[in-house]
Amino acid sequence: MQKTSILVVGNGMVGHKFIDNMLAQSKIDQFDLMTFSEESRLAYDRVQLSAYFSGKTAEDLALTDESYYQQHGVKFLLSDKVTDIDCDGHLVMTASGQQVRYDKLVLATGSYPFVPPIPGGDAEHCLVYRTIDDLEAITESSCHSDKGVVIGGGLLGLEAANALKNLGLETHVVEFAPRLMAVQLDEGGANLLRHQIEDLGVSVHTEKATTEIVAGSQSRYRLNFADGSHLETDMIVFSAGIRPQDELARQCGITVGERGGIVINDTCQTSDEDIYAIGECALWQGRIFGLVAPGYAMAAAAASHICGESQQFTGADMSTKLKLLGLDVASIGDAHGQTPGAQSYTFHDEVAQVYKRLIVNEAGDRVLGAVLVGDVDAYGQLLQMMLNDMPLPDHPSALILPNVDGEASQGVGVEALPESAQLCSCFDVTKGDIVAAVADGATDMAAIKSCTKASTGCGGCSALVKQVMDCELAALGHEVDNSLCEHFAYTRPELADIVRIKKIKTFDELLASHGKGLGCEVCKPTIGSILASFWNDYVLEEPHIGLQDTNDVYLGNMQKDGTYSVVPRIAGGEVTPDKLIVLGEVAKDFDLYTKITGGQRIDLFGAQLHELPQIWRRLVDAGFETGHAYGKSVRTVKSCVGDSWCRYGVNDSLGFAINIENRYKGLRSPHKLKFAVSGCTRECAEAQSKDVGIIATENGWNLYVGGNGGMRPRHADLFASDLDDQTLIQYVDRFLMFYIRSAERLQRTSVWLENLPGGLDYLKEVVIDDKLGLAAELESEMAHCIAQYQCEWKTTLESPEKLKRFQHFINSELGDDGLAFSREREQRVPREKPQAEQIKIVELVD
Amino acid sequence: MSNWIDVCHRNDVVAGTGVCALVDNEQVAIFRCRSTDELYAVSNYDPIGQANVLSRGIMGCVAGQVVVASPLYKQHFCLDTGSCLQLPQYKLKTYPVRYAGEQIQLLSAA
Repeated sequence: MQKTSILVVGNGMVGHKFIDNMLAQSKIDQFDLMTFSEESRLAYDRVQLSAYFSGKTAEDLALTDESYYQQHGVKFLLSDKVTDIDCDGHLVMTASGQQVRYDKLVLATGSYPFVPPIPGGDAEHCLVYRTIDDLEAITESSCHSDKGVVIGGGLLGLEAANALKNLGLETHVVEFAPRLMAVQLDEGGANLLRHQIEDLGVSVHTEKATTEIVAGSQSRYRLNFADGSHLETDMIVFSAGIRPQDELARQCGITVGERGGIVINDTCQTSDEDIYAIGECALWQGRIFGLVAPGYAMAAAAASHICGESQQFTGADMSTKLKLLGLDVASIGDAHGQTPGAQSYTFHDEVAQVYKRLIVNEAGDRVLGAVLVGDVDAYGQLLQMMLNDMPLPDHPSALILPNVDGEASQGVGVEALPESAQLCSCFDVTKGDIVAAVADGATDMAAIKSCTKASTGCGGCSALVKQVMDCELAALGHEVDNSLCEHFAYTRPELADIVRIKKIKTFDELLASHGKGLGCEVCKPTIGSILASFWNDYVLEEPHIGLQDTNDVYLGNMQKDGTYSVVPRIAGGEVTPDKLIVLGEVAKDFDLYTKITGGQRIDLFGAQLHELPQIWRRLVDAGFETGHAYGKSVRTVKSCVGDSWCRYGVNDSLGFAINIENRYKGLRSPHKLKFAVSGCTRECAEAQSKDVGIIATENGWNLYVGGNGGMRPRHADLFASDLDDQTLIQYVDRFLMFYIRSAERLQRTSVWLENLPGGLDYLKEVVIDDKLGLAAELESEMAHCIAQYQCEWKTTLESPEKLKRFQHFINSELGDDGLAFSREREQRVPREKPQAEQIKIVELVD
Repeated sequence: MSNWIDVCHRNDVVAGTGVCALVDNEQVAIFRCRSTDELYAVSNYDPIGQANVLSRGIMGCVAGQVVVASPLYKQHFCLDTGSCLQLPQYKLKTYPVRYAGEQIQLLSAA
């Protein structure tokens, strides 16, 4: 059978979404898909574009990649623009001269930034803010500028202003209207936003119509305004709105709106039934939708129609919530109260800089809209109440009033939401989807995110999704039992608080006061680790030794045959030839299998218990320390060679890595901790896959947190930029101690961060802004831990009593006669065990 | 004919932990309970991980039974009966063990 050929013009967010929707269709094998992009890269997340300036790369923003398309048989043509459509012949022509036939054509050409026709506006350093290429041009221009102006004080304009500010420019925003974000905000909200933005050092000029751009006297240019005033600047970014990219449709006679936009019906078809238009280029019932969620809804409708199904586009809500220059702003529905009879409630706290206005209908029983600035917690609830036409509670003002008594916010609970309520508009996840995920066993946010994708786009819905999840868990009778084990009816963070606040020093003491029974292999190592994190006593001391996993007891990693591996610390991966020779000699003398680890050190395998002290005696004498490879503790700080050798290095990454490794070595934590330091943005140390990643910049260090390799890789989040050594260490001290206090057992920083209420922003508030007033405490706890550091092998070697444990038998000098070895590639390895029964052992192993 | 033989001093077994003793060419894991001081002795061989390691496991209790958790793959073995709680087809050999004054003794066939 001949396949239906579908061409998609434009590979932006919506064009890509359409392809994804098609790939998810059961009839996909009846279609051939091909897409064109005039940009040089496949679809990326334009919503997060500003993140490009805070360290995200083009790859981070990518929504797909070439291999994904290849794997699914989607053809694509990059850097080539479709220039013409022959509707009768069902052909498209590209700039490079290609002709491609189609059965169905989907126009997802998006929009272009509107540049007002101002004389002089087409000069150099007059730019727009739309694509990654635009951002690169802005970055380049900023290197030759001191001052920058954004023309346009709307949502995108303020994002552009943030970008200029982050690039170090003196930043101005020029707006034609009397207030900022005139579409979304009312006067009160806009005023507050303006004050806050000005406090951040961005100048705002409203009611200014730029008439011409001429040469400046102090700066490169001078903007002349209609009221006779002027402003000088070195560069300009236009962000005065968008216009639908409808040129192709115009050329081939497809109906477009009077003021632009390709006219579509509810199935997203244009006036030519074989041609669809979706996203910002499309005009539905006289409206252009300049947000991504409606574009996604159109993509779904078009895909559904092409596959003979019935989903339609029925309009979309334009409510929005975002962070602008670090300020929370949200606008819902009829934010201006233009509905006849609309009434409003307003709450304005000038001290805390919060503005909220709730607009209700004439009868006072339904939400029409809202404006929230400074505190947008109510967004999810108000939006749901409006979208689902839910009745207002008795005192609607309570919906926007702060909770002075700390009680949970009043209003309508998530139970009242219908199953069809869309919680996540980025991925179209409904309450019903979350309910189903919980019923299928998802019990935390990380699981919800991975199976529904909810909250993985803009993240705006995370609070609401969590509420629904918690509510469902409770409804299903999931006694959310977070007890550590049958001996302690507390979570790990609770036990950490108890140990810290009550200054409990031993497991026995804690068991007597807060537990029962004898303990087990879950609670003993967990509490042993908590005690070590706060008091950092020698782990083999009598009251602690029975708590430790066998790895910690014998200060080595037990291998499958019961022998141990030996891993001395090689901070930053730097090792002298002499020390390397010692390692080689020891390995040779004890016939140890030798391998380089991923953490830039050397692992010697196959040491028997009685050999460990002999091996370590030689290593300690040669100046080595224990590497704590056996502990749930700080492991390594991986590093590149840095600016002492590298032609590209901008800072001494290796020296800094060694300092950091020595600072935090041996720190015990809920799970292992891995660090890395890279000397430049080439990132050879792979710091963005570590719990703590540090990357040198021209102005200091960028700090990343929450990265992970391993089973579930996670890209680290940029936490703070351009830090000096001292501030960075201060932040890392606080970050680590806050993690140690609050993480669950065996929870890596990546998962901890994903489950932390408030997420990265909250973590920044705690660590950087000291919102909880804990910073000094966290730092002093870290200082105590560091002061208490000892090399556990050195201490052990000095104690004949402790050394007695390092023999296989308590009553014989013999070794374990059960060990058997063979040789593989010239090294000794355990002889293969007889084929064991297939046993499912995975569940028991952490 | 069998005899109780000394294997170690009671202080050689830190309460709440285990040691391994060699008796009649068999490896025996001896544990001493931290709350009752009671002694337990089972085979040191972990039949699931197939290595002589059980004396190095963590001692504790699960649902009222005193157990050791294998240091390799964490299955629980009941120290009274030797049974594996997760995989009942596995059962450790158990041994008589006692205090004799300050000494800990196992029974030897020799």
